[in-house]
Amino acid sequence: MARTDIGPPNYRDMLPEIIKRNYGKWKYHEIIRPGVLKHVAENGEELYSVRVGSPRLVSVDFIRDICEIADKYCDGHLRFTSRYNIEFLTDKKENVDRIIEEVQKLGLPVGGTGNCVTNVVHTQGWIHCHSAATDASGIVKAIMDELYDYFVSMTLPAYVRIAVACCINMCGAVHCSDLAVVGVHTKPPKIDHEKVSALCEIPTTIQSCPTGAIRRHPDPNIKSVIVREDLCMYCGNCFTVCPAMPLADPEGDGVAIYAGGKVSNARKPPMFSRMIVPYLPNNPPRWPEVVDVIKRVLEVYAKNARKHERMGEWIERIGWEKFFKLTGIPFTEHHIDDFTHAVETFRTTTQFKW
Amino acid sequence: MEGETPLLDELEKGRWPSFVKEIKRAAKKNKAALDLLKVQELSYKDKITHWKHGGIVGVTGYGGGVIGRYCDQPEKFPEVAMFHTLRVNPPAGWFYKTDALRKICDIWEKYGSGMTNFHGSTGDIILLGTKTENLQPCFDELTEAGFDLGGSGSALRTISGCVGPARCEWAMIDTLDITYNLTMEFQDEIHRPRWPYKFKIKISGCPNDCVAAIARADFTVIGTWRDSIRIDQEAVRDYVEKGFDIESVVKKCPTEAISWDREKGVLNFVAEDCTRCMHCINKMPKALRPGLDRGATILVGGKAPIVKGAYLSWVIVPFMKMEPPYMEVKELLRKIWDWWDENGRTRERLAELIERLGLKQFLRDIGLPAVPQIVYRPRSNPYVFLRR
Repeated sequence: MARTDIGPPNYRDMLPEIIKRNYGKWKYHEIIRPGVLKHVAENGEELYSVRVGSPRLVSVDFIRDICEIADKYCDGHLRFTSRYNIEFLTDKKENVDRIIEEVQKLGLPVGGTGNCVTNVVHTQGWIHCHSAATDASGIVKAIMDELYDYFVSMTLPAYVRIAVACCINMCGAVHCSDLAVVGVHTKPPKIDHEKVSALCEIPTTIQSCPTGAIRRHPDPNIKSVIVREDLCMYCGNCFTVCPAMPLADPEGDGVAIYAGGKVSNARKPPMFSRMIVPYLPNNPPRWPEVVDVIKRVLEVYAKNARKHERMGEWIERIGWEKFFKLTGIPFTEHHIDDFTHAVETFRTTTQFKW
Repeated sequence: MEGETPLLDELEKGRWPSFVKEIKRAAKKNKAALDLLKVQELSYKDKITHWKHGGIVGVTGYGGGVIGRYCDQPEKFPEVAMFHTLRVNPPAGWFYKTDALRKICDIWEKYGSGMTNFHGSTGDIILLGTKTENLQPCFDELTEAGFDLGGSGSALRTISGCVGPARCEWAMIDTLDITYNLTMEFQDEIHRPRWPYKFKIKISGCPNDCVAAIARADFTVIGTWRDSIRIDQEAVRDYVEKGFDIESVVKKCPTEAISWDREKGVLNFVAEDCTRCMHCINKMPKALRPGLDRGATILVGGKAPIVKGAYLSWVIVPFMKMEPPYMEVKELLRKIWDWWDENGRTRERLAELIERLGLKQFLRDIGLPAVPQIVYRPRSNPYVFLRR
């Protein structure tokens, strides 16, 4: 009989010796070059971290490859960041160049530090998810191929966090990222009445709809539901509780693009990302229209924002009307919120720009 | 494999490391990975997912930790007809020894597709794709190797914390120890879903919030301090002498708590005006450091839009000391879960429930004092239910 509830391994057993010695006793750090951090402890000891980009969706042989490097240069220790980067940790400065050389041999980029575009937080997409409106890994790859130079450098006004979620469940910090891509359905669920009666609980299904669009089927002999299409906003909450109501549709599915969110409390409080493009069609394998918008907005930001300003801080300072003008993205009626927090976004002042 | 997946092959090109190369690498040894590659190609062609809604699969004694997944074209892709995923709880801070990682690789090569996510968005090690009959033996070997499953469904999800005191001078609380301690305390809540919906806990060591706790956790712990930041004036001058643009930093202080006296070469600081945002400390880590009276701000409710809209977490306790064994925070969590369980509807996250019943009611029921730090500003309407 297997043991249960043993919990994860104790982190203390996973820490490199230099970290055990200096746990909670770090004095300061600096970024000595893109992708390389130097942390200095109160007692003067130095720890070097080499940060390396990863595609997140990796084979076990990839993990073995990075283990080999960690065995050679880091006494068999490594860590991952919350954004899927790999960090090789060493107290030997001379190992930094060797680590970089080895990871570059594997085709992995060194960077993701300071005022850069670091790795993209993302979801599963078509690789594993039943509710995906788009792929995630593919869009990330297409975006990062284009923004690679921003990963390996630190030239932006502040750091830029990008996220991709394959549906509006947003299993990633999409709603608070500088730039974000979200898969959207644009057609109401297709109801399989036979399956509904076999698989779904009718009251739960009706209750799941945030706009009250789901009703009992008018024919009492049919144990199913109907959807008032004029009320449906394609959120997919019904599909989560009732598998007989899929929304995915090759023609309707696509992505929306958001900008200006952040989670850090530095300067301005955390902010939500705001919709800048309501819909672009899925265009695999490289989603060129999506990559184009992301790159364009990033470059307009890089050129116009002041030092230390995050994307959202810059936009709030210049005004959204100016943002749309500078980026050339058209503002439409779809940008005006009509959901739960809508009124907070309506302008209640005569102050605005042209 | 050559030429069979023209759309995905496109994504082998370019400078960013390719997940397609990774799937192909696994596919050389593993039939399920090969079918995975083909299903993905078909999705790229059809512009639609080929995964069906999950089913109930799992391991003995647990109600979660495994995501059931079936392909909608089982005849065409028999090797991924069943393609369930295990969520494995990682060590706090995502620190690993290579022998532990290698064990996971060996187990997963034996029982699964050989494809993984390091890590999933919530922080779990994701072992992507296996058959129902492999779940239990795979789990058994994982526990032998010292690993356990993470959370899924209407349970406490795998707790995550930033790198904290292991490698950050700004860690105001021991994020790794809190993450590990709470994870061990709440194994039952992680493994056996019983609530209205999911519940997430994330722990950041300082207001920079490197694990996005404020946006993504129902229960958000963010390290902070109550006294003054510490300034090494000598180090400040050193920054300036080396050409550092200190004015650009001072200008962005949100409360104008710092100013630079160029003549005297002194950074003036008004501690009571500081809101501890981290901006100046981030820019001058050698000269400025957080204070010494340390603890955490506790916030609740952060979540993505589904169903009633996105929320950022709201402050409920402006300052709490965080010392092991963390009894105060555990007691608070249990009270909140009871309240949510008692009052919440199916698929209603904590923030949505608080919005429905009111923050005032929440504070009363949990027994927390109403203090001005929990709101930006007081109400503007007169509709108060006075209790006389």
